[in-house]
Amino acid sequence: MHDLNHLGPRIIVGFGDGSVFITETVFFAMIVAAVMIALAFWSTRRMEQQPKGKQVIVEMIVEGIYKLTEGAMGKHNSHFAPYIGTLFIFLLLSNSLGMWGFRPVTADVNTAFALSLTTCFLMQYNGIRTMGFIGKIKHMSSPYPFMFPLKIIEELSFPISLGFRLFGNILGGAIVMALIFTALETGSEALNLPIPLLQAVIPLPFNLFFDVFEPILQAFIFTMLTMVFVSMEIIIHGAEDHH
Amino acid sequence: MPLITPEAFVLGLSAIAAACIGLAAVGIGLGQGYAAGKAVEGVARQPEAQGDILKTMLVGQAVAETTGIFAFLISMILLFVNPLVGML
Repeated sequence: MHDLNHLGPRIIVGFGDGSVFITETVFFAMIVAAVMIALAFWSTRRMEQQPKGKQVIVEMIVEGIYKLTEGAMGKHNSHFAPYIGTLFIFLLLSNSLGMWGFRPVTADVNTAFALSLTTCFLMQYNGIRTMGFIGKIKHMSSPYPFMFPLKIIEELSFPISLGFRLFGNILGGAIVMALIFTALETGSEALNLPIPLLQAVIPLPFNLFFDVFEPILQAFIFTMLTMVFVSMEIIIHGAEDHH
Repeated sequence: MPLITPEAFVLGLSAIAAACIGLAAVGIGLGQGYAAGKAVEGVARQPEAQGDILKTMLVGQAVAETTGIFAFLISMILLFVNPLVGML
């Protein structure tokens, strides 16, 4: 059951005087990472030239991720696909933790901002790598130098809105699910049902929406926006080359 | 003697403000519905481009959602970690 009174990071294990601790978010993120590593390890054992069974499914997923990346960023940027795929699967698994009754990892603002800062770093790194530091400053202050502060605000607002979008959507879903469960629990108690019958069936469509559809959508949107933002930094440089 | 305590007054007004923030959903609903309608028009005109249109529509709607998410966060802050009560 979700607890609405503790929306911040929840400490589950503390070491020493309590200044070093593990929060619930970190714990579940570790579990998600372990599951991902185990899946990757399990699916790449005993690979064959003629794929069959699990290998077919895994090859389909990898191919789909490469196709998505090449579609959004161009053929020459397919080396981003491993990062994009990892991000997508991590977001998918961590967003849908609500299905198992846990708090989604991304319903913590720290996780969302860690991921969006990674995207921001990737953007700036690729921008500076393709244009050079001076070139990037020049690009930001074109066509007029007084645009420079505005451009800085724009670059800063990308990761902020990206992080808050993921966090807000997942937290909103978790809160709505908690409200539904609380209401149904009250209803079951009011009807004096021997077993919590109301909670058993009624939340299923909401679960389907908030724990299956929404995680897929948010994972897709986060990775898609990451790809668009990063390729923007690269494409701008490519367009300038042709002049 | 005042009828209500200052804390109760601040909390009540915060709850009203948090409810009023729900009005932000009006704009997002209109915008996302408009985007979806245009996407339907695009698919009707060019059914083979459905995948690309869907992808673009979802990303556009996600960006349009940003203002609503900010409004939601502000209402959550008002409801759960009210900073105004601490100022009293």
